[in-house]
Amino acid sequence: MAETGTALGGDEALRLLRTMWRIRLFEERVGRLKRADEVHGLIHLSVGQEAVAAGVCGRLRADDPVYSGHRAHGHAIAKGAPLERVLAELMGRSDGLCRGLGGSMHLVDVEHGLMGATGVVGGNVPLALGSALAARAAGSDRVAVVFFGDGAVQAGHWGESVNLAALWELPLVLVCENNGFAEFTPRSAHTKVERVSDVVAPYGLTRETVDGNDVVAVRESFGGFLAAAREGRGPMLLECLTHRLRGHYEGDPALYREALSKAEWQEKDPILRLQRHGAEAGWFGEADVAAAERDAAEAVEEAVRFARESPFPPEQLLAELTYAS
Amino acid sequence: MRSTTYVKAINAALAEAMRADPDVVVIGEDVAEGGPYTATAGLAEEFGVERVLNTPISESAVCGVAVGAAQSGLRPVVEIMFIDFITLALDQLVNQAAKAHFMSGGQLRVPLVLRTQGGAGQRGAAQHSQSLESWLTHIPGLKVVMPSRAVDAGGLLASAIADPNPVVFIENKALYFTREDVPDDREPIPIGRAHTLRAGDDVTIVALSRMAGEALAASERLAQEGIEAEVIDPRTLVPLDLEAIVESVRRTNRLVVAHEAVEHGGFGAEVAAAVQAAAFDDLDAQIERVGAPFTPIPLSPPLEDAWLPGSADVCAAARATLGR
Repeated sequence: MAETGTALGGDEALRLLRTMWRIRLFEERVGRLKRADEVHGLIHLSVGQEAVAAGVCGRLRADDPVYSGHRAHGHAIAKGAPLERVLAELMGRSDGLCRGLGGSMHLVDVEHGLMGATGVVGGNVPLALGSALAARAAGSDRVAVVFFGDGAVQAGHWGESVNLAALWELPLVLVCENNGFAEFTPRSAHTKVERVSDVVAPYGLTRETVDGNDVVAVRESFGGFLAAAREGRGPMLLECLTHRLRGHYEGDPALYREALSKAEWQEKDPILRLQRHGAEAGWFGEADVAAAERDAAEAVEEAVRFARESPFPPEQLLAELTYAS
Repeated sequence: MRSTTYVKAINAALAEAMRADPDVVVIGEDVAEGGPYTATAGLAEEFGVERVLNTPISESAVCGVAVGAAQSGLRPVVEIMFIDFITLALDQLVNQAAKAHFMSGGQLRVPLVLRTQGGAGQRGAAQHSQSLESWLTHIPGLKVVMPSRAVDAGGLLASAIADPNPVVFIENKALYFTREDVPDDREPIPIGRAHTLRAGDDVTIVALSRMAGEALAASERLAQEGIEAEVIDPRTLVPLDLEAIVESVRRTNRLVVAHEAVEHGGFGAEVAAAVQAAAFDDLDAQIERVGAPFTPIPLSPPLEDAWLPGSADVCAAARATLGR
């Protein structure tokens, strides 16, 4: 797969569309499962933000380490984690990615390079630096990627990490999903700096702010950053302006903001945008689009069946996994 | 036998581990310059600054970098210069390092050593003198090592670096430069095994870190009074060699637990509770604890001296268990 700014081809565009549909329908299904008390714990959905996960992870190799935050399902799916094992994890089952011990905010799939999500906002940004350091020490051209929201930027560990990553020139791309809300309050209530890409300016990081609901733009900009980071010219920061369609967590009444009108959302929806763009460019036809949605729906239902059949983990796992041996 | 110091034993163990395994790296503030106590002196010269990484004063990011590096194939030894500053790194240590193996269902490992040092007595005042080990013993997933002698410091550090888990290795600044004879061959000392520093039948004294030496001094004094104390250094707090302690208490029927940390909520409470649960019927007296008063550590020399637990406190506690 070409990493620099090559034009998006039909196969690749369709792959992105299929990934976004898988994330969208997975997330919507998880929302319903949460209301039915079948998935457990705090659930943060990424409906509306699919283009960032798909556009970034679609460029990565399995051995490129990815870290994510509390809104991690989309990143896991885009990085290649099997839907059914992600869902089984959310349900706390044995066949979950983490054997049911981690849950929604702590997804890990080492086989596919998902090195860890975290429930501490921005808490694993420094871990991504460590992974990048290890890649360089091993003489590998792996590039570490960490996803975080605009809310993480005001945390102390985030600033420390940006300074250190720049100082050590690590092979790392920081990907900010700026959905404008840090939990329940808008960015303007947290900081005077509107653009996250401006926060890193004094450190000399290569940085860019893109329309995060345009998967073509995300893929294009990230691809350029990735290629440079592979050649040792890291770190970079990509800020993706996006929109969280749902509340901060499932059950959040989101009284702090006005919902978009249907027309507004159809204009912004990253999936519909790619479908419009793809049709105009001749990347795929209506049948492809219909198949992408249908296949995703089937895969999600298959995942639900799989996860429901998976047993809960045995109690002895607690003692067994507290320490590595 | 040869003569060395506690800090030299640590330095030698680091160098040896780095020679044996190219994945071992040292990370921390001023480590390439050797640090304030020379624990990492000479490492940058031998192994280069790619493996002895100086960092900014960013404890949280630095600890997190070590966690990520440990999950990705390296064996980092990260230094937090004073344990007082571990507060700044606790999120990384507690929420990331300690839980990664468990939360990932066993996929991730964090073979990380966090070296730090505590201890008062050097007029460091309230923010450069604390003993905070009990916080760390409360976190499942962390191992906590706290050696009192050079031989243990070197041997346990080797084991800590080889361990697949995050290990917090707590040194004591007051011990760094005391001379000690150690065997010529450096052998790793397994984590989780206590060491009996002195045998005795009248009272068991479990003493941590600097207090082990204080307990030995106390035992000399007690011997003059006809009291033979058995002094045990657990060396590692998590996992704790409870068996060795209980075996001793079954013979002596009396227990004193001594540490420099504030007594209130200190690790001594855990030892006391565990021993009474395991050997209640063998105890002939209430378990005595020795620890610092429940105040911050003062600068003023006479006040700090009064604050600091020492051999006289251990003697008094041992006598109390014997009704004297």
